Amino acid sequence: MSLSHQDVARIARLSRIAVTDAEIDAVNRQLNSILGLIEQMQAVNTDGIEPMAHPQDVSLRLREDVVTEPNRREACQAVAPQVEKGLFLVPKVIE
Amino acid sequence: MKWEVVIGLEVHVQLNTVSKIFSGASTAFGAEPNTQASLVELALPGVLPVLNKAVVEKAIRLGLALDATINQKNVFARKNYFYPDLPKGYQISQMELPIVEHGKLNILVGDEEKSIRVTRAHMEEDAGKSLHEDFHGMTGIDLNRAGTPLLEVVSEPDMRSAEEAVAYAKALHTLVTWLGICDGNMQEGSFRVDANVSVRPFGQAEFGTRREVKNLNSFRFLEQAIKYETQWQIETIEDGGKVQQATVLFDPDSGETRMMRSKEDAHDYRYFPDPDLLPVRISDEQIARVRSEMPELPAQMKARFVDAFGVTPYDAAVLTGSRALATYFEAVATASGQGKLAANWLGGDVAARLNREGKDIAELPIDAERLSGLLVRIADGTLSNKLAKQVFDAMWDSGLSADVIIERDGLKQVSDVGAIEKMVEEVLAANPKAVEEFRAGKEKALNALAGQVMKASKGKANPAQVQEILKQKLA
Repeated sequence: MSLSHQDVARIARLSRIAVTDAEIDAVNRQLNSILGLIEQMQAVNTDGIEPMAHPQDVSLRLREDVVTEPNRREACQAVAPQVEKGLFLVPKVIE
Repeated sequence: MKWEVVIGLEVHVQLNTVSKIFSGASTAFGAEPNTQASLVELALPGVLPVLNKAVVEKAIRLGLALDATINQKNVFARKNYFYPDLPKGYQISQMELPIVEHGKLNILVGDEEKSIRVTRAHMEEDAGKSLHEDFHGMTGIDLNRAGTPLLEVVSEPDMRSAEEAVAYAKALHTLVTWLGICDGNMQEGSFRVDANVSVRPFGQAEFGTRREVKNLNSFRFLEQAIKYETQWQIETIEDGGKVQQATVLFDPDSGETRMMRSKEDAHDYRYFPDPDLLPVRISDEQIARVRSEMPELPAQMKARFVDAFGVTPYDAAVLTGSRALATYFEAVATASGQGKLAANWLGGDVAARLNREGKDIAELPIDAERLSGLLVRIADGTLSNKLAKQVFDAMWDSGLSADVIIERDGLKQVSDVGAIEKMVEEVLAANPKAVEEFRAGKEKALNALAGQVMKASKGKANPAQVQEILKQKLA
């Protein structure tokens, strides 16, 4: 499988990574060489092997359902670019 | 052409934990903006999610109640999209290995029971809220809701009418509140429904193209939205158009749906297993323990009510509409030994008065013991239905028992044959015209006479006996 220019532009847009037209060729070559490596790995027979969701074969530890976090709004908002009435302000988004 | 609608529902059930799914921040509703947004919800560098055990156990509860498979190994995945109410740039959800799969939920539509398959239920975090009021042309972000635990419950496209979809949503709502895993408050967004709707010519096997109606937060809107959407799709096709796959929003003011995004703009979420979270493993012991802590389920209770108290399946379904109502009914029916009478009263006078006062069964001012005291007096003939209603109203407004009120107000039904005969004779003597009319074949005159007797007794005469004695005397 290899990616087209359009695929690269779409992936870049979805990932919010700015890739200029001049860079697309180079990015495309790099991505395709990574995909080539994956293709090579996919040739290995993995019948009967359970896919791993994590490289370590250990299980998740769980926490009890208790409130441990205090209100730290003031400290957190001290580094925010713009704040009003306790809200973080961001450039207007309407979907 | 005859059309058939096909509906599948996705329901976001907010779990009633005290802390968030991946942090120890509070989930309390209505707090000042961003006072419950910890570093984890803010996605500051270096923070790691730690899963809340209660979320897993509440999910197991629902899985068991839906007779589903509990995946004893399940995996969290990242769902990637960019929106400012989700600072990480991804939502932690489950994709390939959800915690619950292959369940089913039975619904009752009219007299017909139908089983709806539940494809899956997975754990995920809620996003924050974007406030689009005017902040100098900017958007305000409140991250208090971010990280609130959700179970997304996905059904198969098994429903064939808006009524069935509403019945399923209601049954699921009853179940999650019954299990005590969700507060069920739809106004506060604790139970949000998305409906996938498509139409096809009746008898066709393949599904039509579906549109997804997002974020319906009441059963009424769910019904309206599906009906509107169904009609819109049928008209579009009959007018020679084609339904395009899309996500739409329902506008409660206009009662219409409108396009939010088309398939071309559909998100590509680029799911992958979250490397911050190891697989969740659930032991047999944990499942057994959760099972042992579960209450009796509505379906089981319904069957038991029919068997033990002789109520109809319909009444049993109504009575198991909430755990509070079912518990109350059982206490009254057991104490009074009057199952059917208890069902009639709860479905009739009690429901009517609660309705009128805008109250919930949990706010009923008459406890089970007092109501059963009233039913006992109806069953043993002390009270006629009419007197019982009077006693009931007096009980509602006081803390007194039925017996005390009957004694105090002298409301005992008169069943003494001699006393009734005397009143009947007086009424007959005073109403010769009605007597004549009845004898001439006018049946209605009997009711007028019975009414007179009841009036003479101040409503206390046993109505069945009055009728009987009247007929004897007039024969």
